[in-house]
Amino acid sequence: MKPLHLIPDDVNIPFLKFRKIFYIASLLMVLASVGLFFTKGLNFGIDFRGGILVEIKTNGPADINALRDNLGSLGLGDVSIQEFGEPDDVLIQLQRQDGDEEAQMAALAAVTNALGDDVTIRRSELVGPKVGGELKEAGFYSVVISLFLIMVYIWVRFEWQFAVASVAALLHDVLITIGFFVITGVQFDLATLAAVLTVAGYSINDTVVVFDRIREYLRKFRKMEIPDLLDLSINSTLSRTTMTSFTTLLALIALFVFGGEAIRGFTMALIFGIVIGTYSSICVASPLLIVLRLKRKIPEAEEGQEAGA
Amino acid sequence: MLYFTKWKAALVLLVCALGVIYAAPNFLPAGTLATESSYLPGKQINLGLDLRGGSHMLLEVDTDSVLRERYDALADAIRTELRQEQIRNRPREATANGAEITILRADDVEKAREIARTAEPNTELSGEGNNIVVTYNEVAYRELIDRAIAQSLEVVRRRVDELGTTEPSIQRQGENRIVVQVPGLDDPSRLRDILGRTAKMNFHLVNNEKTAADARATGLPPGTMILPSADEGDGIREYLIDRRIVVSGDNLVDSQPTFSDGRPVVSFRFDAAGGARFGDITSKNAGRGLAIVLDGEVISAPRINEPILGGNGIITGQFSVQEANDLSLLLRAGALPAPMQILEERSVGPGLGQDSVEAGEFAAVLGLVFVIAFMVISYGRFGVYADIALMMNLILVLAVMSVLQATLTLPGIAGIVLTVGMAVDANVLIFERIREERRNGRTIINAIDAGYRSAMSTILDANITTLIAALVLFSFGSGPIKGFAVTLAIGIITSMFSAIWLTRLLIAAWVKRSRPTELVI
Repeated sequence: MKPLHLIPDDVNIPFLKFRKIFYIASLLMVLASVGLFFTKGLNFGIDFRGGILVEIKTNGPADINALRDNLGSLGLGDVSIQEFGEPDDVLIQLQRQDGDEEAQMAALAAVTNALGDDVTIRRSELVGPKVGGELKEAGFYSVVISLFLIMVYIWVRFEWQFAVASVAALLHDVLITIGFFVITGVQFDLATLAAVLTVAGYSINDTVVVFDRIREYLRKFRKMEIPDLLDLSINSTLSRTTMTSFTTLLALIALFVFGGEAIRGFTMALIFGIVIGTYSSICVASPLLIVLRLKRKIPEAEEGQEAGA
Repeated sequence: MLYFTKWKAALVLLVCALGVIYAAPNFLPAGTLATESSYLPGKQINLGLDLRGGSHMLLEVDTDSVLRERYDALADAIRTELRQEQIRNRPREATANGAEITILRADDVEKAREIARTAEPNTELSGEGNNIVVTYNEVAYRELIDRAIAQSLEVVRRRVDELGTTEPSIQRQGENRIVVQVPGLDDPSRLRDILGRTAKMNFHLVNNEKTAADARATGLPPGTMILPSADEGDGIREYLIDRRIVVSGDNLVDSQPTFSDGRPVVSFRFDAAGGARFGDITSKNAGRGLAIVLDGEVISAPRINEPILGGNGIITGQFSVQEANDLSLLLRAGALPAPMQILEERSVGPGLGQDSVEAGEFAAVLGLVFVIAFMVISYGRFGVYADIALMMNLILVLAVMSVLQATLTLPGIAGIVLTVGMAVDANVLIFERIREERRNGRTIINAIDAGYRSAMSTILDANITTLIAALVLFSFGSGPIKGFAVTLAIGIITSMFSAIWLTRLLIAAWVKRSRPTELVI
């Protein structure tokens, strides 16, 4: 049996010809994401905002309205009540209470009392204002530090144009993934932040593979015009790029569908990020090298080994 | 390149064998581990609280209150000395910033400063004009805080131990925080109740000159204070009591829940000194009320009918059975040196943890099956080799996690699933390269060789960047996120071994055995 080739061997898509379209599309997506981030804002979970979360299991399908009446009468501010995966599984979230940590404890006690003994509490989380602020700060630093370290690494391994282009692609992916969260309103918590960082790692991984090939071809095909060379590099690695994204997506989709409600937001972020990361490493990172005026350096020592292989 | 030296091949196989041996305990039911442990390593992966169920709590010790108390005492000591020297002074509100005293006559200030300077070692003197401020220096401050935290840890440990759960973990974090992790707890609100209270219990005499309401209206008699009632069921909302502590809770040696007249009560027993004082007080003050004060609230204030000489007594109050149990537990475990606040709490019931493990396992296996099938469809025989490496990679992840006793969390399972997808990446890179090299007309062995060689630096670059993200996540993340970073990092490292060395060994063995004339890839 002949193995399946997802991408034909002689693939030759002129990606660079469409680069203006990609630039515009990417720019629009990034600007929209940033704009939405500052206007609509992320739906921060209690990890960052502080507050209370209780997941309960009811006997038989839950009566959401009754729960809403019951908990709404406690005077604890906005209470969000939603079905969580199953009809008898309910997620209750309370915004951060005014006052210090004591006030949060009192609110949690009030909620568990009001729920009574008919329901099973499967999970309860309480994040005080102090910790919420600290987690937000740590989260912000972790994103910044990762991006910085990755850029340093790429800089050491490649020329500066590659470092700048790869970090631009990386920021592009991170920003658009955050935009995705703003648009869908999916809650942004510690787990989704981890997903965003993983997307960063994955996206750079994809980009590096293409850049490695560009570097190799720069040495090998000395007469070729840079845009043609970039196209050739992207096309030669296209099969790998799609294969890897596809297998990773296969595994993630299994997790998204069957992994349970608790990590659905997390896997959703990963799935979206991998799709956008694959797009950016093909359509954004490499074309950017032209904008950055990538030049061919010709070290004299290597002059002799003209592309014979 | 394609031919392995004997020792290299042996090394690869040895690593695989060790992986299988160390991963093995995870596939045995927990009960059989003890008996098998004679020839198998007995360590299983640690499941995080989100998977096994349990409570995580982050507490902050109010160190300011420790300081305030100490400065209050220090100011008292200095004022006693000042009084002996006939220096008139006025105390200031106790704060955590130092013991502050105002000297009333300017002439006395110089002498007063001298007294304050020598009142206690390791202190520093400051303050301007008539004000004297004494603060602890860095050494004494550190020692004070460290001691308060150490005491708090000890009390927390005793309280948690009373719950009778296995393997609770209680650790200091940063300067004044304590992390408590209790696996397998049925009722997290219980933990909240017993950790949220200072449990400082003292006995005070109830003032018999005025009622609390009169005192509010006409002013407090000297040396008294008004405290609220813990329970307003008996109609009394506040008590006017003497400030002086007649017997302190530090003298308690035991406390048990029991019943009196069919109602739950808490019995207690004093040590010799406490018993003697208690006997003395109850002999001299028959007819007065004795207020039992817990954390600034009066639990009850029974009338003293007769001297209580044995050092035993009971506390009555509006207790439920649970409350009586908790109170006696708190009294047995002792009071915290300072109040604690719960900054963060995360509890997962056992049912949810079990469901999460099952869902995660199912998803992981399903994802694995998809990927395995897809690799065979795409790369034929080579896909099979990559799949063997993939399975080996999973085994190695389990083995490394067991050996390191790393904690597996729910996001950690996602990390493993993600590794499954990414682990094949190295093989995809290699195989795609082999395809290219074949198209370029290389011989079979040459193509395989070149495939591995050229893909190598790409694989390294790609994996190191992901590893950077994982390491940053590990150092900044908390709990479950750390679990994700751990599995991701371990998975990346083991996948480099399995995807590069193991597949190469398998392919080399195949080439050597069957001398293929055509490469189907």
